[in-house]
Amino acid sequence: MISRRHLLQSAGAAGAAALLPSLARAQSAATMLTPGVPNGIAGYAVMGKLPGKQPLIQLADRPPNYEAPLEYFRTPITPNDKFFVRYHLADIPEVKAETYKIKVDGDGASTPFELTLDDLKKMPAVEIVAVNQCSGNRRGLSTPHVPGVEWGYGAMGCAKWKGVRLKDVLAKAGVKKETIEVAFNGADGPVFDKTPDFIKSVPVWRAMDESTIIAYEMNGEQLPHFNGFPARLVVPGWTGTYWMKHLIHVDVRTTPQGGFWMKPAYRLPVGEFPLRDRFISQEDATSTPITEIVVNSLITSHRDGAKVKPGKVTVSGLAWDGGYGIRTVEVSTDGGKTWASANLGEDLGKYAFRPWSFDVHARRGKTTVMVNAINVIGQSQVSKLLFNGAGYHNNVMQSITLSA
Amino acid sequence: MRTMMLAVASLALLAGTAFADEQAIKLKPGPGLDKVEGNCGACHTLAYIPMNSVYLSRAAWTAEVTKMIKAFGAPIDDADAKTIIEYLSKNYGS
Repeated sequence: MISRRHLLQSAGAAGAAALLPSLARAQSAATMLTPGVPNGIAGYAVMGKLPGKQPLIQLADRPPNYEAPLEYFRTPITPNDKFFVRYHLADIPEVKAETYKIKVDGDGASTPFELTLDDLKKMPAVEIVAVNQCSGNRRGLSTPHVPGVEWGYGAMGCAKWKGVRLKDVLAKAGVKKETIEVAFNGADGPVFDKTPDFIKSVPVWRAMDESTIIAYEMNGEQLPHFNGFPARLVVPGWTGTYWMKHLIHVDVRTTPQGGFWMKPAYRLPVGEFPLRDRFISQEDATSTPITEIVVNSLITSHRDGAKVKPGKVTVSGLAWDGGYGIRTVEVSTDGGKTWASANLGEDLGKYAFRPWSFDVHARRGKTTVMVNAINVIGQSQVSKLLFNGAGYHNNVMQSITLSA
Repeated sequence: MRTMMLAVASLALLAGTAFADEQAIKLKPGPGLDKVEGNCGACHTLAYIPMNSVYLSRAAWTAEVTKMIKAFGAPIDDADAKTIIEYLSKNYGS
């Protein structure tokens, strides 16, 4: 049920925002939206100011769903205060570090136990740079329209995460050989007790992967409240749905987790997208859980329709994938007939945003710039949307027009 | 400034309108708006309605309302559900 404490907190935060000049905020949000998102959004969206955050596009405030404008993606690391915010359920407690605990148990755990934040910090620490991208990023560009949070480009970010390998935590729990999945719950929950709590599960091989960590630091600082303080799961290469915020329960399982958020939610039609690693225990005849991020890229130096001077214009952006690494970013200025390779920038690791840049010769009039990323195993973006009913995995090659 | 913010929040709570300071979403006036505000607005912002319009057909709005009741356990009775679907289809439907 609704907790008055949480209401007070959110009322305070929203109250602060309400005192800003609302018209200016609405106008600035309209210019920040991704071209092609439903036009109903421009009618109400403002640049919302959550505590500890720079202004973000406020698609929804209860539960909080805020995306980053394009301009926040001009560096391969997304600063914490510019990182997007996504929640399914609106009862979000402010978790206290001093009393915080993660319970590790389940029928697959021989020795259940509890971990405090201090316990976590005493374990061997690892760092990994990884993209956290919402499964439904770019859903708002889906044609035909699909219901949901109508994200543009900005439901993603890349950070350096520091924490403890999940497999090290699981080792203390004595994982039985019959274990097939490990499920996760966070401190946030539903407003009504009949609404299914947000619980997510991964196959045991993914839980044991070296890259899967419980993170308590993000870009060298504690996690922002709205990104999962005090600790969250980080599943590099997989979409954000598995990255449980405010992690309080690790459930080691010998049976598939059967909750709403594993099925029917977060599903893709079987066979529509290439998958290296399947999540067999959750598959059925027609659907499979969304897992790996598909290869993708974004032009971040210019918005569609940007005015430039004729001559050399450096266009730059980011590319990323599910952890194979980016091999090539190619750019076309003739609508996709011919392509040339962009220069790749700093390599922060195979799960990170890879910056790229390309010098375009802008003619007087209009120049279109199209971008396509190809990863190390040869997967490429698509020229036409692979439609699915939830609007996942939109990696259609982006095309913008520059005006000189 | 801070005192004023607190005063605003307290007033809202005293008046029993806990969400008064939230995102200002003005839905179109019409029959059923009160049911939409009372039922849908209990769990989430009403922004989801303009966010997904005008693209949803009557069938799609019906599916959304049904999902809220069946999958999310929203305590909405059949009569209210019908009124809500009618309002959404008429005002925010394709």
